[in-house]
Parts: sequence; structure tokens; C-alpha cells
Amino acid sequence: MEAWINATISGILLGLVYGLAAMGLNLIWGVINVINLSHGAFIALGMFAAYFAFHFMGINPFFAMFLVLLLGLILGMVSYFLALHRVLDAPELSTLLSTYSLSLIIIGLGTFLFTTNPRAIDIGLGSIGFGGIYIPTTKVLTGVFSVIFTALLYIFLYKTWTGKAIRAVSMDKTAAEFMGVNSIFILSLTFGIGIALAMVAGCLIAAIFPFTILSGSIYELKSFVICVLGGLGSPLGALVGGLILGLLENVLALQIPVGYIPFIEFMILVIILLVKPSGLISKR
Amino acid sequence: MRRFMKSGIFVSGSVLCFLFSLLLCSGALAAKSKIVIGFTTSQTGKLNAESREQFNGLKLWKEYVNKKGGIYVRSLKKRLPVEFRYYDDESSKDRVQQLYVRLINEDKADFLISPYSSGLTASAAVIAEQYGKVMLATGAASDGIFSKGYMHIFQIYTPASRYLTGALDLLKETDPSAKKVAIIYEQSNFAKAVASAAKEYAKKLGFDVVLFESYPKGITDFTSFLNKIAEKRPDAIIGGGHFADGETFAKQIYEQRLKVKLVSLLVAPAVPKFAEIGNAALYVTAPSQWEPKAKFTKKTARRLGIHWYGVTARWFIRHYKREFGEVPGYHAAGGFAAGLVLQRAIQKAGSLNSEKVIKALEHMDVMTFYGRIKFDTGNYYGRQMGHEMVYLQWQKRRGKLVKQVIWPKGAESAHIVYPYSKKF
Repeated sequence: MEAWINATISGILLGLVYGLAAMGLNLIWGVINVINLSHGAFIALGMFAAYFAFHFMGINPFFAMFLVLLLGLILGMVSYFLALHRVLDAPELSTLLSTYSLSLIIIGLGTFLFTTNPRAIDIGLGSIGFGGIYIPTTKVLTGVFSVIFTALLYIFLYKTWTGKAIRAVSMDKTAAEFMGVNSIFILSLTFGIGIALAMVAGCLIAAIFPFTILSGSIYELKSFVICVLGGLGSPLGALVGGLILGLLENVLALQIPVGYIPFIEFMILVIILLVKPSGLISKR
Repeated sequence: MRRFMKSGIFVSGSVLCFLFSLLLCSGALAAKSKIVIGFTTSQTGKLNAESREQFNGLKLWKEYVNKKGGIYVRSLKKRLPVEFRYYDDESSKDRVQQLYVRLINEDKADFLISPYSSGLTASAAVIAEQYGKVMLATGAASDGIFSKGYMHIFQIYTPASRYLTGALDLLKETDPSAKKVAIIYEQSNFAKAVASAAKEYAKKLGFDVVLFESYPKGITDFTSFLNKIAEKRPDAIIGGGHFADGETFAKQIYEQRLKVKLVSLLVAPAVPKFAEIGNAALYVTAPSQWEPKAKFTKKTARRLGIHWYGVTARWFIRHYKREFGEVPGYHAAGGFAAGLVLQRAIQKAGSLNSEKVIKALEHMDVMTFYGRIKFDTGNYYGRQMGHEMVYLQWQKRRGKLVKQVIWPKGAESAHIVYPYSKKF
């Protein structure tokens, strides 16, 4: 029984992190209609930002994530104008290639500068124990912050003027422009927020697992599955998708060999695409 | 007449070319002023920690041998210094093959040393065999490499089939009531070979293997496996793969406070860097190819009726510490030993000719600071059959984490601390 409880808690905590990692991709995909293939590379950048903040400035990743959020926002907006703005109205393949090139540049530079040696951040916060079950404190904190970021994004998108403008642009760019919305700024801001979320997710993941510059690709793949599961453009959808994946990986693994899990995850992806392509949470 | 002249020119041209190439060859031989040894090392990538140590061991051997003027080659009647040619393989199989071709064709390596790990060595072995170059395989324990009929690859490590079997002997001896074993291993040639051999051996000893599963390379989250282990409640967890995954696995076992009696993992705990995970390292055991506290001496060689060759363990540890500022692990010792074995084979062969060096390796049976070296000349040609493993455990001495040899009996430097969960 203990193993089942432990697996469920671990699954929820891991799912929340997956959800946060997918949220950035979900936002960009839903609003700008761009499949951001540099998502994993920015997650890895977030990991390294946390690593350098911890080892050279002594800043704990749970504090460093606010700096990383700002850095991600700036990097994302700059990347939008450098790599995306001019190809936004071109056929979809152009934006795919453009973001893929961005990913190759980041990974290439990262490999050259940081090498592919594994790195880890050991904050040493111990474990939280109850009834014979022990969960690492960093995992609990990571889950809590993932929920906080989801809530903040939700409030931003639904309660602020800028958030509403983002949603308006995602629905009808021309109509939004008629209402006085600066669509170029809104699109760059959306890309910036998406990248910032990816980097914050990287920062939090670095606090619990070791990583290399290539680690982002695993989370990028999972993010695609989550986006399809949860539906596009909704932070809640990403969170639900993340939770499903987290629970699958932990609870289902108690019954079947762990090696089968990715197969099941991608089978679910195909089934959702066939049966409900708008995702589980979407009303469409 | 014209035809006669033409063929005359052709024949004399050919003779001239032949004489010229003979001259070049003899010039090259006469000018042989060094022995070039080629290899790749994982300066980057996931195998970096182990490979760096192996490389350090090789560097120390080069310094040792060159200080004496090099290796004496009887046929040339002189000592030739050793020169290294090496590249970073980025811990990638794809890089290894192209780099070994380059080492042979462009750098003109006389002999090869393998990269670190069975996977990379299996790739390099194909090239060494294809070009007929002798390759000393250190840092590669997989038996599979030696089942392919290669005639140029010689193993320094105890093979995988004998790697973790001692951990099961140790468990049976320490706690006869222990019955359940979980085997979790990396999806790599080496770990798979070790785990499969351990599974067979566990069954033979009467253990119940409650879990036998592999994890993908590069994994960072073991939670799914740990939950599964917790559910099966084994007495011992054995397995692992290489340094990065092994260290993470040990750390997460500790964080989840799994109540097991014995944890024995491959590679990672034997690397001194493993101590960086602090209490998570405590009481973890591991098989090791060599430990500074292992006692292989001239006396051991005399007892076995074989020759002693090379430096003493004390010399190796002292010089390694002076050179690299840390206590050497078995990867470093394996690197140095590979150099020593090659040195001995060249001296015995009295030549740099690959076939003569192979003959010398076939007949080799020596004791070194690293242990006994003797190669299989049967079905598993080139596989190591003289060397034996030792088992270590991380324990605390005056508040500091230290490695102690706990197995086999008679070679131990401390008693095993049992069970592992005692620290919680």
C-alpha cells in the first residue's frame, strides 16, 4: 500500500513539473500557432541558468527562478524578432525550421561552452516523511511552485488587460488590431512568456534531477504529448496533461515494466489525435 | 623496337619505384624513434568521470616508462619513448569509429588502447580488428566483445560475467536469511552482461529475483523503479550501469529511504567522486577491479608461481596522488595496467610487429600491482581470465567517507556494515 501512495504522490509532483514545462509550448502553440522546436533547448538553458546562479552566486534555484523568469522573457522576446517575426505568415514549415535552427544554435553553443558532462544542484533539503513514506523536499517545493506559476499564468491570461489581449490575438488577430491591440508586441510578449515558462521549468527540474545541455529534449517530447492531451491555449489543460503523464509513469510502472511506459504514452497521443484532437480539456 | 623500348621503360620504372619504396620503408624503420599509442578518451559526455581517471592512469604510465628512456625493443636494439595520440570521443559510439580510423591511418598509431566503456570499446574493436592493430581493452568488461572471434583485442578488466557474482556470495555469507534480490541495470552492453550473469548466479544460489528490469541510458529520474522496489520489498538491490546514472540511483534510494539490506552498484561507487553525494554514499557497496587497499605483491606472485612485473601499488598511489591530487580509483589503475601490459608484451616480443606482440600477450601470465594478468586463448580469445574483483563499501572513519575493501575474505580492510538501512 505504501508503494502505491508513494507512487501516486511522486506521480502528482512529477506531473506538476511536466505541466509547467509544457505550459510554455502550449501557450506559443495556442496563441501564435507556432510549434516551437526550440522549447527543449530553452528548458536546458533554464537548467544551466539555475546551475550558475547556485554555484557562482550562491542563489538557491527556488529564488533564482524569478531571475530566470525575467531572463527568459527578454531572451524569448529577442528570439521572436530574430527568428520568428518575419516568417510568421509564411507556411508552417518555415516557423518549424526557424525554431529548429534556434534550437540547434543554442544546443551547439551550449555543448561548446558547457560540454555534455552531467551536472547537478544539491541543495540538501532532505526528505519529508509521514507514515513510512519519504518524499524529497525539493520535489515537494517544485510541485508547489509549478501550481503557483500555473495560477499566476491563469490570472494573467484571464484577469489582466494584456492577458485578454493575448487571448484576443489568438482568436482573431485582425479584429484585435481593430480594437487597438498592438499585435506585434503581444505576439513577441507571448513568445517571451512561453520561453520564460520553459526556462523556469528547467530551473525547477535542475533542482531535483541531474542534467546535461541535451536534457531538454526529453521534456520537449513529453510537452508535445501533454499539449495534445490537455488541449491548446489553456494552462489548466497543460497541468492536467502533465498530471496524467506523471501518474502514468509512476503508478502504472508498479504493474508493468518501465520500458513500456513511453510506448503507452505515445499510443495515448495517437488515440487522442484520432478521437479528440482538440484535447481533453478543450470545449471544442 | 618501339614496343621493346616501351616495356623496357616500364620494367625499369617499376624496379625504380620498388627500390624507392624499399628505401622509404627502410628509412621509416631506421627512423623509428618512438612508439605511437592511439586512443580516444571521453573528455566530455556522460562517461567523462571514469574516462578522465583512465586517461590519468595512462598519462602516469607514459611518464613512468619515458623516464626510463622508453620501452626496450630488442629487434631495434634501443629504447623507444612512448608518444600518445588521442581525441575526445564525446562519450559517443559514432565518434569512436571515425577517430580510431584516423588514429591508424593519419596518426600511424603502432598500438591502440580502448576508449572507456564496453559500448565504445565494441565500436573501436571493429576498427582495430579490421586494420590488424593490437588493442588493449581497459575500462571494458563486456564478455560479448570477445565472443566475436577478434584476434587483436586483449582485455584488462575482469569480465562482466564475473562482476557482481561476488556481491551475491557476500550477501549469502553475511545474512543467510536474505532471500529476495532486485536487479536494476542500465540498457548498455556492459550492464546487461553483468546483470544477466548475476541473475543466473542468484538463482543458482537459491535467491528469488523479484525484479529484473533495465532503465534507458541517460535516465535522471528513478522514482518509478524505486516505487516498484518498495513494493517488492527485496533484501538487496544490485545493478546500475555507469557513473552518472549509478550516482543518481544511489542518491534517490537514499532520499526515498528504501529499507533494503544491501545496495551493490556497478562503477559509480568505485569512483572517488562518488563521495560528493555525502550520506547517500554511506554503506553502498560495489565491485571494483582494484582498490588502493588491495594487496597484490611480489609475495602473491611467488605464491602463485608467476612473475611479478612493474611498479608496486604504493608507488602507483604515491605518484598518482602527487600528479593528480587525488587517490586513484580502479579506472586509473586499469589505465596504468593497460600500459604496463603493452610494455611487457613489446619487451617480450622484442619487436613492434603486431603478430609478435600478440604471441607475447597469448603467453603472458604475470602479477602486477593491479592483479594477475592472463588472457583466454580459447573461444573467448583475448578475454581476461587471471584478474579477480574485490568488493568495497563506503564507510565513515573519523567523520569522513572512505572506501573499505570488504570482500573477498582475507583481502578485506574492514568488516561490512550491514544492513544498508542502518543509516536511516
